Amino acid sequence: MALAGRRAGPEVIVTVPADAAPNLADPPTSDLQRWRADYRRGRARRSTAIASVSTIVFLAVVLTAIVLSPGWPRVRESFFNGEVARESLPDILSGLWLNVRVLAMTAVLVVIVGLLVAALRTLRGPIYFPVRALAAAYTDFFRGMPLIILLYLVGFGLPGLQLRGVPTSPVILGTIALVLTYSAYVSEVFRAGIESVHPSQRAAARSLGLTYGQTMRRVVLPQAVRRVLPPLLNDFVALQKDVGLISVLGALDAVRQAQIHSDATFNFTPYLVAGLLFVALAIPTIRVADAISVRAARRQQAGGSL
Amino acid sequence: MNRQAVRPLLALLAVTALMSACAPSDDNTEAATSKTPTASESASPSATPDACAKESLQTQSAGKLTIATDQPVFPPWFIDDKPENGKGYEGAVAAAVAKQLGFTPDEVTWTRVPFNNVFKPTPKNWDFDINEFSITAKRKQALDFSSPYYDVSQAVVTTKGSKAAGVTTLAGLKNLTIGAQVGTTSLDAIKSVIDTSKSPRVYNSNHDVVSALKNGQIDALVTDLPTAFYMSAVQLPKGKIVGQLPSGGGTPEQFGLVLEKNSPLTTCVSQAVDALRADGTLDSLVDQWLSQGGAPVLK
Repeated sequence: MALAGRRAGPEVIVTVPADAAPNLADPPTSDLQRWRADYRRGRARRSTAIASVSTIVFLAVVLTAIVLSPGWPRVRESFFNGEVARESLPDILSGLWLNVRVLAMTAVLVVIVGLLVAALRTLRGPIYFPVRALAAAYTDFFRGMPLIILLYLVGFGLPGLQLRGVPTSPVILGTIALVLTYSAYVSEVFRAGIESVHPSQRAAARSLGLTYGQTMRRVVLPQAVRRVLPPLLNDFVALQKDVGLISVLGALDAVRQAQIHSDATFNFTPYLVAGLLFVALAIPTIRVADAISVRAARRQQAGGSL
Repeated sequence: MNRQAVRPLLALLAVTALMSACAPSDDNTEAATSKTPTASESASPSATPDACAKESLQTQSAGKLTIATDQPVFPPWFIDDKPENGKGYEGAVAAAVAKQLGFTPDEVTWTRVPFNNVFKPTPKNWDFDINEFSITAKRKQALDFSSPYYDVSQAVVTTKGSKAAGVTTLAGLKNLTIGAQVGTTSLDAIKSVIDTSKSPRVYNSNHDVVSALKNGQIDALVTDLPTAFYMSAVQLPKGKIVGQLPSGGGTPEQFGLVLEKNSPLTTCVSQAVDALRADGTLDSLVDQWLSQGGAPVLK
């Protein structure tokens, strides 16, 4: 074998670059390393080729199965109608802008309320039992309550009380319902983060003379939040879609605009348009979440990758 | 080829096999839809009255007529959410159309189909659907409509004490918050006839619209005139009809029975509706079930 022949060769020269800082991008200079690099490049090319062919075959099979299905012309007309898509796009985009504003408002409030509930639920000492119990009851109730039903209760029940100062706008009422539900989830994520910080950290902080509040703020929370950032962003992605549910309260958001166009034309294409816009909205968040996870992993592995 | 490459290839083959395994179920639908081309030939406009004899009607199940509507349905269109009792204007019209086509009440089956399912791209299991469907050119591209069985106008409903209660002109409604049910032409009327400056509120059902009006979340609602009379008399204790809206674009809005696109029945069902209009049945059913009390047309 070629490899054995090379290994038998007398000279395996490793030249040291003249400048002190070794440049990793420099090509390897020994025969053996060059052979290794060639071999790896070859394997990589082969992998790429196999992946491409397999992807093309897979897509071809799926697309052929769909296009050759007897119902395809009807489905294409119903779900992929370009004319309907063009007509509905401006209204759906204006609806999506409402979704984005509600999303921004809700996300900020959820982080505040969620953190507060988590802090209350992790209070130590018997005297705080009622506070802990209330916080636990809140998370139990609002995680269990289906969002769509909560939207109805808040959206039609609250203004039904006819109290002065209760908002009547579906956007504000919808935001309240979303905040109630999502704060319950997010507070549990924060609590998991807080409880994952090793007790020795608290003990060390307290023994240095920090108060409970200082310990939480300076020692526990910074570590906790960093740890739960990926699941928090996951909840944010889920929230991006659930803001579409405020349409049941009468708000003209992207989902409702799609429904209006769909009902007017007896065609499902507007739903597809709205769905794809929501996906486009979620992708940046998903990429950011991935990047943060990678960075966190790298940071934790600082000083060695194994 | 090494062993590692074989396994994914097998997986790919399995996926392919799965795809072709789907085919038999597609064949079934093909059999079901293949009725349509032959059917549409007999449904050409030149169909003779004989082609509409009960025996030659190509209904979903032979000798039976399957009529669809939503659930729940409301007065004055249906009574007690029981379309089969023949009460309410649409309940009575459906019964009359069935009779005109030659079906006895025993041969009529009702099925409940949500709004969205009426136009989904799958073979239908009903012959026609009656549920206050307004006839529009866009909708005709997706489904067939029969001849119209009711000329409808849109009306504005509010409660005493609301900002809309004293309004007597179209312009007076312009700066109010107005609601309607999604999928209705009432919503189009808010946009095109009233042309509100605030964006309209759009709800899933008329029940939600009424709740919002009671709560003071909207100043007024728009719905078809018969429903407006029902709401102001029954559902809203302090209800008040502000007035009718002039029809946008000059053409009156009409309700039609909905049929599958190119249904073999469209011509015959239309003939039945036309006959009921000609012999005065439709008019007497309107008198029986729909309040025709005066409501001023807003200008």
